[in-house]
Amino acid sequence: MKVAEAEDVRFGRFEEFAAARAKVEPSWLRDRRRAAILRFRQLGLPTTREEEWRFTPVRSIATTEFEPATARSIPVTRAAVEPFAFAGLDGPELVFVNGRFAPDISRPSSLPAGVRVTSLSEILTSDGALVDDNLGRYVKFEQHGFTALNTAWMIDAAVVLIPKNLVVEAPIHLLYLSDAERPAAAHPRTLVLVGEGSAARMIESYAGPAGQVYLTNALTEIVVGANAQLDHYKVQRESTSAYHVSSTHLTLDRSAVFTTHSITLGGHLVRNDINALLGAEGTSCTLNGLYLAGGDRLVDNHTAIDHAKPHSESHELYKGVLNDRAHGVFNGKIYVRPDAQKTDAKQTNQVLLLSKDATINTKPQLEIFADDVKCTHGATVGQINDEALFYLRARGIGRDEARQLLIHAFAEDIIERIHIAPVRKALEQALLKELPLKD
Amino acid sequence: MGPVSEANPWGVIMSTSTETIEQLATREYKYGFETEVDALTIPKGLDEDTIRRIWELKEEPAWMLEWRLRALRAWQKMNEPVWPNVTYPAIDYQEMSYYSAPSAKKTLESLDDLDPEIKRTFDKLGIPLDEQKMLGGVAVDAVFDSVSVATTFKKKLGDLGIIFCSFSEAIQEHPELVRQYMGSVVPYTDNFFASLNSAVFTDGSFVYVPKGVRCPMELSTYFRINARNTGQFERTLIVADEGAYVSYLEGCTAPKRDENQLHAAVVELVALDNATVKYSTVQNWYPGDKEGRGGIYNFVTKRGKCTGVSSKITWTQVETGSAITWKYPSCILQGDNSVGEFYSVAVVNNRQQADTGTKMVHLGKNTRSTIVSKGISAGVGQNTYRGLVKVSKSAENARNYSQCDSLLIGDTCGAHTFPYIEVKNPTATVEHEASTSKIGEDQIFYCRQRGLSTEDSVNIIVNGFCKEVFRELPMEFAVEAQKLLGISLEGSVG
Repeated sequence: MKVAEAEDVRFGRFEEFAAARAKVEPSWLRDRRRAAILRFRQLGLPTTREEEWRFTPVRSIATTEFEPATARSIPVTRAAVEPFAFAGLDGPELVFVNGRFAPDISRPSSLPAGVRVTSLSEILTSDGALVDDNLGRYVKFEQHGFTALNTAWMIDAAVVLIPKNLVVEAPIHLLYLSDAERPAAAHPRTLVLVGEGSAARMIESYAGPAGQVYLTNALTEIVVGANAQLDHYKVQRESTSAYHVSSTHLTLDRSAVFTTHSITLGGHLVRNDINALLGAEGTSCTLNGLYLAGGDRLVDNHTAIDHAKPHSESHELYKGVLNDRAHGVFNGKIYVRPDAQKTDAKQTNQVLLLSKDATINTKPQLEIFADDVKCTHGATVGQINDEALFYLRARGIGRDEARQLLIHAFAEDIIERIHIAPVRKALEQALLKELPLKD
Repeated sequence: MGPVSEANPWGVIMSTSTETIEQLATREYKYGFETEVDALTIPKGLDEDTIRRIWELKEEPAWMLEWRLRALRAWQKMNEPVWPNVTYPAIDYQEMSYYSAPSAKKTLESLDDLDPEIKRTFDKLGIPLDEQKMLGGVAVDAVFDSVSVATTFKKKLGDLGIIFCSFSEAIQEHPELVRQYMGSVVPYTDNFFASLNSAVFTDGSFVYVPKGVRCPMELSTYFRINARNTGQFERTLIVADEGAYVSYLEGCTAPKRDENQLHAAVVELVALDNATVKYSTVQNWYPGDKEGRGGIYNFVTKRGKCTGVSSKITWTQVETGSAITWKYPSCILQGDNSVGEFYSVAVVNNRQQADTGTKMVHLGKNTRSTIVSKGISAGVGQNTYRGLVKVSKSAENARNYSQCDSLLIGDTCGAHTFPYIEVKNPTATVEHEASTSKIGEDQIFYCRQRGLSTEDSVNIIVNGFCKEVFRELPMEFAVEAQKLLGISLEGSVG
């Protein structure tokens, strides 16, 4: 276990950190941190010898000397936040800088009575027992080193609590900003509980200043109660030199409806995990994603949908545009347990390769233990369709313009599914800027 | 199967209409008998002395010993793979014998010299060894335990320059060809089971089709495991020289036993410029009983290399037997414009487990590959499709189409799909589709309305599901495969 201990030190001195936190935190949280760090010391960071990390070498993370992102506080002004806020978006906006809640630059908003959108440190004083019951319950931090690391090292967390039978109209925006002069590691944490029969919309944003090298190791837990609905977005605009590792753990109760769109624009090495447990009958789960990568960036999306009970449906559409020497990885697992009859699962993964040096590894995976189910998956990899190009050119559209139209249309397919207009507009703009439209 | 006759050398019934699945279902594994023959079996265990003993027994040249020892040393450093989606108790490689041969005369002057017991065994299996009776165009090499016992039609093939003989004979008679091609597709360091095979393999078939020759008949090998506590390790090497064509069939059976037996074979195919190799397998090793006792562990490495331009390799397999199947017949598409095809039906019933699929490695320009895989799961069987489509940077305009469909019968079985797609060239087009379904009540209703029994309905629906693969098989095999399917699914429908 020597190696893992050495790795542990690179993220800071845990003993000192834990002792300091113990002064302000309840004992159950301290115990959870300790269990997590012990687990991390056993696991270490994943290697490419592990099937789930085969194409995603995290060696560069494992060899970087990170300091805890909170070691020094960097003053961040509202001006630094503006580029990542969505123009025209109202509703509460919580800003976390390097994993720590920054109330000064956050935007409060009036919410229906009983709805809480706040930080962990605040909620511990009022609803400690509720957090104790839920935080870390939906994620197995044994899963891989990064999740254990998050539990051990998280400083603060965003907590969204929505009681029963409420409709929260205003979209809730959680913005995790990194800003560090030297390589630093932040461990943003999010807990979302949507009560029975309620409906809400939320956006998780991750961003940082261009050119900076840092690690964001995020962990999100979401529980959608019976008959509740959650419309979720994850917009990742990290620095293209940064490391972004995130995992979202989702649990759906009876007839819950969950939709997420994961948009990846930044990051040098990106790994997104979504683990969805469809733990009751009649649930509906939609996972959509779009990732753009150029340079020598690597974007890895892993999704796992566990159909544990009958009569649930899941839909998944992931699209990727890869240019230069970029490397894309997609792994979509659909698991249908013996009991989960009448499951309807559909998964599609499409990748557009624009350069001869780009690489894609895709693995759409089905594991099915029930017979009365409809499960399909499809994966396509290719370049711009010559026939489509010809069609446009035959109508007098120039070659370059036709190509741009087709690339844009490919990506826009995901963006146009976004239901929050300001987010959609901002991403449409970003798309025009980020897409490698020129030959 | 029907009686073996002149008009019907394989003993198959060409029409399926008279037999219902019910009749088939009452049958047990019919090849489960044992044959009493005097056999020379070397003691259990595996080390360098074992290799030397095999080498001595087979009277091989010195370079073979060296090759075997290198393979053994590589194997000793390897670990058994744990990634396949199958579970089985650990195999003790020191607890089995690596050589068992019927102690007949080593070289047979004619078929009359063959041990009558062995001959009877192959007759019982419906394998025609007797050339006189043969009207149909199938040449057979029969491998009994580890040794090739008879090869038919040698002379006729020899006139065309085609070499079709046992592997041992090839080592003696055509060492230059063996040395050139053995290990060129599956090196002795390839994987755990391939290395084991390279160290201890005892026999198998060797085929060489010279330039521009179209092999006029189907070549066939029939493998039979007979002895107890032995592993069967055979090796097949097929080389099709420029412009040649060969179609090769492989069949396998084993006696019913309560303990598991290991079968770790290696098959290498080489297709030079414009050559075509078609390799068809109907695998019907003993699958074990209902409770999962006994059965063959079928851990096989099969790979073909399209070395030349515009060459083509087609794998067709019907996998109904074996307790555990672990095999990925693959194509390395090295020559420009070469074509790889894989058609598979894999059936698991009772406690069978299969982890099978293919690898298509595109290296040359304009290479094309097609994968059609049909998995059927019944009982508490677990069926996994695992495939790799790899398009390397050099493979301009590579094209792949994959389709893998699973059919589940009953709610206690499992179907799994693990397709790996790796693309490093933007001109490639790769498509993968998969679906999982059960036999629809509406489909059965439709058949029932037209006067078919439920059993017959299921039978034709399952056969329809597999049709795309069956039509790739030579006719005799296709009919046999359809029947096997019925037997394998016994008691799982209705």
